Amino acid sequence: MPDVHALGPIDLSLQPGEFFAVVGPSGCGKSTLLEVIAGLSPPTQGEVLFDGVPVGSFVPEGIGVIFQDDASFPWLTVRENIAFGLKRRGTDSKTTRRLVDDALELTGLGHFADGYPAQLSGGMRQRVCIARTLVLQPRLILLDEPFGALDQQTRLLMGDEVLRLWRETGASILLITHALDEAAMLSDRVGVMSARPGRFLDIVTTNWPRNRDSTIVTRPDFGQITSRLWTLLRDQSMKSIVETARA
Amino acid sequence: MRPRKATIVRLVLIAAAVGSLEAACRTGLVARFTMIPPSEMVVSLFGLFRSPDVVSDIGQTLTAVGIALAAAVLIGFLIGALLYAVPRARRIADPLLATYYAVPVFVFYPLLIVFFGLNAIPKTVIGFLYAFVVMIINTLNGLDRVPGVFWKTARVHHLGRRDTVVHLILPCAGPYLFTGAKLAVMYAFIGVIGSEFILSSGGLGYRISFAYNNFQSDVMYGLILFVLMVVILVNMGLYAWERVLMERRGGR
Repeated sequence: MPDVHALGPIDLSLQPGEFFAVVGPSGCGKSTLLEVIAGLSPPTQGEVLFDGVPVGSFVPEGIGVIFQDDASFPWLTVRENIAFGLKRRGTDSKTTRRLVDDALELTGLGHFADGYPAQLSGGMRQRVCIARTLVLQPRLILLDEPFGALDQQTRLLMGDEVLRLWRETGASILLITHALDEAAMLSDRVGVMSARPGRFLDIVTTNWPRNRDSTIVTRPDFGQITSRLWTLLRDQSMKSIVETARA
Repeated sequence: MRPRKATIVRLVLIAAAVGSLEAACRTGLVARFTMIPPSEMVVSLFGLFRSPDVVSDIGQTLTAVGIALAAAVLIGFLIGALLYAVPRARRIADPLLATYYAVPVFVFYPLLIVFFGLNAIPKTVIGFLYAFVVMIINTLNGLDRVPGVFWKTARVHHLGRRDTVVHLILPCAGPYLFTGAKLAVMYAFIGVIGSEFILSSGGLGYRISFAYNNFQSDVMYGLILFVLMVVILVNMGLYAWERVLMERRGGR
């Protein structure tokens, strides 16, 4: 398989406690960017720093990743799923139980603690993965299209959940999404990427208050932000479609 | 149909079939020389346990099956994992695996007797040869179904190679490995008992064949019933266990 030049030059600095979203046309390298930041894929050039320390080819402590695909473990109960990372870290059972109980409450999974993922909806399974990440108290949470498989209403509600968790944990969040409204609703800043090789065309600041929820989608300035994002993306999306058709 | 109702219907059907056979044997519809009534098979079965020779044969067969099975599961799993890890080797092996069960493995039995002598080794090898490929196929099947996101999740949780395999990959592939092991049990029984039928100095197959050749219908049917009971009980136990595993996962 030929090498693919997925990403162009990227210069990005995330602030502590910031919610940053990345949007871009299909195949522009959004997920590659996330994997590079997470330490799952090393960059061919350049450097990623987390808390001032270079990220190599290992995921640093303090970074949590939530993927688009269902990563809940079907052979474990919800409680065991959430405790997975803590057990691997060697956290004592009393602390594990307390942290898992907190995460269950925070994500609204308390009633399903002893159930198996197969008994939950797709949205709730994604919550299990979110809880499994949160329980490790990451300072940076990377979300790779985590609501991609959910319907629009569930996505809005999950967006509210993520905003609440973001406020309560104080972690920074980097969200990869193809949904402009999702990016506009959730983020402090939205990075708009070009077609492959992806680079930032612009970074749009939303100026939303920290204490926001999905009701902001009814505000006129929400429409202005999504319009701005689409204006930036339209040509790039066309370019991406044409390139995909050629390939 | 609800599971409980299905179980009742199934038991009624089996009871009806056994009852019909009993009646057919008792009324002479089926000649006694051909088949003894099922109730006499049960009496014969319990009588057989008093014979040290039969007990020894049972021990020989179960030992050979156990060794063949353990080797098939272990070696089959290791080969499956190796083929999964080396795609080039898998591309070479795939057609061989797909056609393996078209080969009548029993044709190698005389060869194995020449190599190893008339002892427990050839029949154990045949049991192994029958059972190990199904384990390879199911190991590959299970590993293929491990979602790619689990490998990434393992890295996010800083799992080493061993921990990834032990805590994520094996549990995820578990149901398929279990299916492989379950089928291997049956194949090992077929291989070992079949070999004992052809040529052997002991074992259940040998004892059934000996009884058949000497017109000992009661012994033959008692032993056949024993083999059926063992295989069915083992299979039912494994099936129940598998169902518990799969129910947890909701078929995932």
